Amino acid sequence: MTISNQAKIAAHHVNVWYGTKKAIDDVSLDFGSDQVTSLIGPSGCGKSTFLRTLNRMNDTIPSARVEGDITLDGEDIYAAHMDVVQLRARVGMVFQKPNPFPKSIFENVAYGPRIHGLAANKPQLAEIVEKSLRRAGLWDEVKDRLTESGTALSGGQQQRLCIARAIAVDPEVILMDEPCSALDPIATAKIEELIHELKGRYAIVIVTHNMQQAARVSQRTAFFHLGTLIEYGATSDIFTNPRQERTKDYITGRYG
Amino acid sequence: MLALFLVIAGLGLIGWLTARMRAVGFRRGSTARFSSLPSHFGGYVALWTMLPAALFLTIWASTAPALVTDRVLRDPAAAQLPPPGFDRAAILSEARSLAAGNSFGAFNPLSQKLAPAYAAAQSRFDWIGSAAALLLAFAGGAFAYTRVRPDFRARSKIEHVVMAGLLGASLIAILTTMGIVASLLFESWRFFSIVPIGDFLLGTHWSPQVIDSADPGKTLGAVPLFWGTFFIGAVIAMLVAIPFGLMSAVYLTQYAAPSARRWMKPILEVLAGVPTVVYGYFAALTVAPAVRDFAVSIGITYASSESALAAGLVMGVMIIPFVSSMADDSLAAVPAAMRDGSLAMGATASETIRRVLLPAALPGVVGGVLLAVSRAIGETMIVVMAASGVATLTLNPFASATTVTKQIVDLLTGEAEFDSPKTLAAFALGLTLFIITLLLNIVALTVVKRYREAYE
Repeated sequence: MTISNQAKIAAHHVNVWYGTKKAIDDVSLDFGSDQVTSLIGPSGCGKSTFLRTLNRMNDTIPSARVEGDITLDGEDIYAAHMDVVQLRARVGMVFQKPNPFPKSIFENVAYGPRIHGLAANKPQLAEIVEKSLRRAGLWDEVKDRLTESGTALSGGQQQRLCIARAIAVDPEVILMDEPCSALDPIATAKIEELIHELKGRYAIVIVTHNMQQAARVSQRTAFFHLGTLIEYGATSDIFTNPRQERTKDYITGRYG
Repeated sequence: MLALFLVIAGLGLIGWLTARMRAVGFRRGSTARFSSLPSHFGGYVALWTMLPAALFLTIWASTAPALVTDRVLRDPAAAQLPPPGFDRAAILSEARSLAAGNSFGAFNPLSQKLAPAYAAAQSRFDWIGSAAALLLAFAGGAFAYTRVRPDFRARSKIEHVVMAGLLGASLIAILTTMGIVASLLFESWRFFSIVPIGDFLLGTHWSPQVIDSADPGKTLGAVPLFWGTFFIGAVIAMLVAIPFGLMSAVYLTQYAAPSARRWMKPILEVLAGVPTVVYGYFAALTVAPAVRDFAVSIGITYASSESALAAGLVMGVMIIPFVSSMADDSLAAVPAAMRDGSLAMGATASETIRRVLLPAALPGVVGGVLLAVSRAIGETMIVVMAASGVATLTLNPFASATTVTKQIVDLLTGEAEFDSPKTLAAFALGLTLFIITLLLNIVALTVVKRYREAYE
């Protein structure tokens, strides 16, 4: 199920185990560099687990084991010489619940650039922070209170702060794990708008429970069920003309 | 007395059985739902039989001896007793033990004469007490039995008794604390009526062995003691306990494999349960000589074999598990999302710990450290065994230093009158230490609580 030869990330025959339980069963999936891809499926279908294999966040779970190849620009990200620090700078992540650090708004965004040494001096760092906050559509709301704690913002602002934090290290891919599930509809609309603006600049992979959201923000959609990839294709095809019976049942609300 | 309790317990059992039978009787053949089971009625009657009688006996046991003595004093032989004072009390107590059959000879012939009167009065009041208790048991049981009716909610009555019992149990600790504070306050007040409070709190000369009775405050200045306590417990001990405790918590929560954690954590906890006297041996016999030899070898001339450093080092080791477990809790309370967020930015584990987890856990860690300090400055055995008795105001860790707790022990051991400024000073020191640790604990618990709320 490859989409083109310009795939940013390519996953081939990926299996993931948690201890002895198989969570992902032989999934092969490519992601385009200027597209938004959404992963949909019922709870426990493995879509979040699959997402976390793309920046090796499953490494932090002692019992998790990943098999198969995943390449970023043709480079095997599970190869022994691959530096996880570098990988995660290139593949950023936004989580289900906004998780700003208990630091100031400025320090939250400056966190990545500081770790990766992206700014030579203070003015440069301030510039990166401003650019990232602008790109995340948060600058106008927080420019007068950059020294306040990031945790004092509203839920939607916190999530945009986390997006700003992720893009501050200039990643190539952004993974979003149900980024709106803890937000109200207005905050959700703002995040979706932001995803539209970020599209083209970054490859975006978003896990979502909300099928309208998948239809609104993504160009390609992958449907997961019980750890396997059932169907992958253009979002419009998946939602209007699914090839698989199970996909059709899911998007028409038969189960999930 | 034992027989009486057995009889009352027997009455209770009978009450339980009869009430239960009666309740079973009115349930039989009825389809109505009852709020209480037969055993609740049984329990209700049994409680009414036993509790009032037991309460009465408790009060009686504390008032009866006074009544007995009063009765004995009305005996004609008592007219020959000396006026109230030590002799009179001695004769009466001798007579009492003769009457009870605990002793067979008497020094004072008068007690021999009073013994029969004592025995008579004793048996008379014993009899009155037993009769009253039995009567109460019967009355209580009968009253309760008349209330055993289908619509009576014995179940909720029993609930009240359970609640009262639990409340009583929790009050005991609180009341005891208040009693301790009251006695400390009383003795300290006696001390401060002899020694001006300013001399005690601000004076820098402490040598309770030589007290000038005209100006006792001159040699009872506690500043060197508080300094020594602070230096050993809050400076040296914490220089050991904070880094090692924190690092072990970080290792256990962030790096250790579950299998390593499974055996390391219990060992740390065992360390917390080692009696402090054992640490005391270790400090006095092993660490103190080693510290002195080391000091001599690097050319320090006034190295003491009872140095502040030896006591402080061992105290620090004792506190490590405490700091470690508090830090462990605070680190574990930081949401996993923080850690994931930092790792996903490409930070390594140690960067994540230094830049995100520890700052987030800091209030909890600080609270834990304050609790540890309050434990360290109240610690007694290690300093009694390893610290010096000489109070010096020094910054030199190899010099001798003493602590408040060590001085309290020194002041109260050996022969001393209980109303000399020297002995009373122990209570004033105890009170000051109590107030300091209380304040530390309040601050620490407030900090910890604030922190807990922040993440809920």
